[in-house]
Amino acid sequence: MQLVVDIQKQFPGFQLKTAFEADGRTLGLLGGSGSGKSMTLKCIAGIITPDKGYIALNGTVLFDSRKGINVPPQKRHVGYLFQNYALFPNMTVEQNIRCGKRTVTKTEMRDILERFYLNGLGKRYPSQISGGQQQRVALARMLLSDPSVILLDEPFSALDAYLRGEMEREVKNLLDHFEGPSLLVSHNRDEIYRLCDRIAVYHNGQLDVIGEKKQVFAHPLTRTAAVLTGCRNVLEASPAGEHSLWINGWNIQLKTTLPVNRQSQAVGIRAHYFTCVDTDGENVIPCQVNSVVESPFETIAYLRPAGGTELLCWKAEQAVVQKAAQQNHMYLYIAPEQVLPLEGNKTKGD
Amino acid sequence: MDWYPFINSLRIALLATIVVFFVGLATAYYISRLPRLIKGMLDVILTLPLVLPPTVVGYFLICVFGPRHPVGALLAQAGIQVAMHWYGAVLASAVVSFPLMYRTARGAFEAFDCSLRYAGQTLGLSNTYIFWHIVMPYCKTGILAGTVLAFARALGEYGATSMVAGYIPGKTATISTTVYQLWRIGDDRQAMFWVMVNLGISVVVLMAVNLLENSSKTRGAER
Repeated sequence: MQLVVDIQKQFPGFQLKTAFEADGRTLGLLGGSGSGKSMTLKCIAGIITPDKGYIALNGTVLFDSRKGINVPPQKRHVGYLFQNYALFPNMTVEQNIRCGKRTVTKTEMRDILERFYLNGLGKRYPSQISGGQQQRVALARMLLSDPSVILLDEPFSALDAYLRGEMEREVKNLLDHFEGPSLLVSHNRDEIYRLCDRIAVYHNGQLDVIGEKKQVFAHPLTRTAAVLTGCRNVLEASPAGEHSLWINGWNIQLKTTLPVNRQSQAVGIRAHYFTCVDTDGENVIPCQVNSVVESPFETIAYLRPAGGTELLCWKAEQAVVQKAAQQNHMYLYIAPEQVLPLEGNKTKGD
Repeated sequence: MDWYPFINSLRIALLATIVVFFVGLATAYYISRLPRLIKGMLDVILTLPLVLPPTVVGYFLICVFGPRHPVGALLAQAGIQVAMHWYGAVLASAVVSFPLMYRTARGAFEAFDCSLRYAGQTLGLSNTYIFWHIVMPYCKTGILAGTVLAFARALGEYGATSMVAGYIPGKTATISTTVYQLWRIGDDRQAMFWVMVNLGISVVVLMAVNLLENSSKTRGAER
């Protein structure tokens, strides 16, 4: 069970260029809007034809520009869940499901409706049911078409926060039982982390970083990966030794556990790894409070490091931040293993 | 009472509408998916009959289909004489009403949610099935509007029809050409009669359209 993708497509002012393999585990495509994630799914499904490259699914070639192979979407056995679900508005729930498989008997249909918590909704039209129910219909329809690969395009973006959590668990369950490769596109890092095993980070149409999700979150290799995995402090930096970085915006030099090399052009530090200490020292940043933003469960403090031009973002419990903020000058310590040297993005320039 | 103009007008309008329906739909569907530049160019050519005076359109048609011109001569050899025949009026009405169908249908197709087509394709539905069972129901209102506009235009067509088919009582006379002829010879009573007939047809057609629209609206509201 394997999906191999290596494609390129040129658009005015934008180039899609990506190559990866996906096995039975779920691969999450993480990227900002317009970064080419959905485009990749559409190429795999055969809706968009790449300029050149190669796509194969379980040993069958779906697209090969050199051999002139381009299997039509109808014959690719791809299950595609669209962002807006793409239910046919003129058909009832049952008729929509039947589009996935024509030969569904009455009893089978009852079972399907039950399995997807759609009891009694078979004769309704898509506009007469809730967003979560619409998504279940789309999932049922897609799974009935017996796909070899599942592509989920921003599956939860049209749902409200409560339904989102519920549908996320249902989809997770469904993906765990599905044996073929599955791809999930999202700009939400938490969603990707919960549902996927591996992550591919997209930037400007190009695949930036790909790896195990824990690895990518623990050490994002590039600026984009750091920002997209939720790193709040991403700044320009320059190498100042084999294990140390000069951060001009903060006017400070920090030690790192990870090796620094010539490609290290930035630094990433997650906002919740700072601790408040009493005195100055190694990897300690003296700073002043600029502003404090409170959320229900945590507080974010924006601090100005001494002599620095860029703000530092510190996330901690409310009491801790409040106590520290009483002092005019404070010292924040960051452990060397939490100072992440980052590469600039490959896309710029070449 | 000679009902020939009534029957002739109806059959010309109906036949022209049928032709325009299919040709207009096909053109609109393919052009709506073309790149913008080619679309713009074709659009100008296909919309011309709407903005040109009908007599000018008629003149063009005579230039192409007249018996002394190549295409017309070829057709005449095959036994089809377009000029001065009632089916010449079908051609003229179809050409004049074509842009109305084409433009409204194209607007409807362009508003179609493409992800529905893609979803159908990934589910293994054939493109023909997708067109008739998903695209057409989705664009129903726009296509119906285009068809009615085309029919109304074909029914009232005078300029191009009179150029191509002329006015021959009992052969090419339509309601609109008859009204003009009767008024010209001063038979106001008869002219008024045909005006009323035309008015009647128009009212019936518009009422039928409203009924259809309302029924589809109430079905939509249930959803």
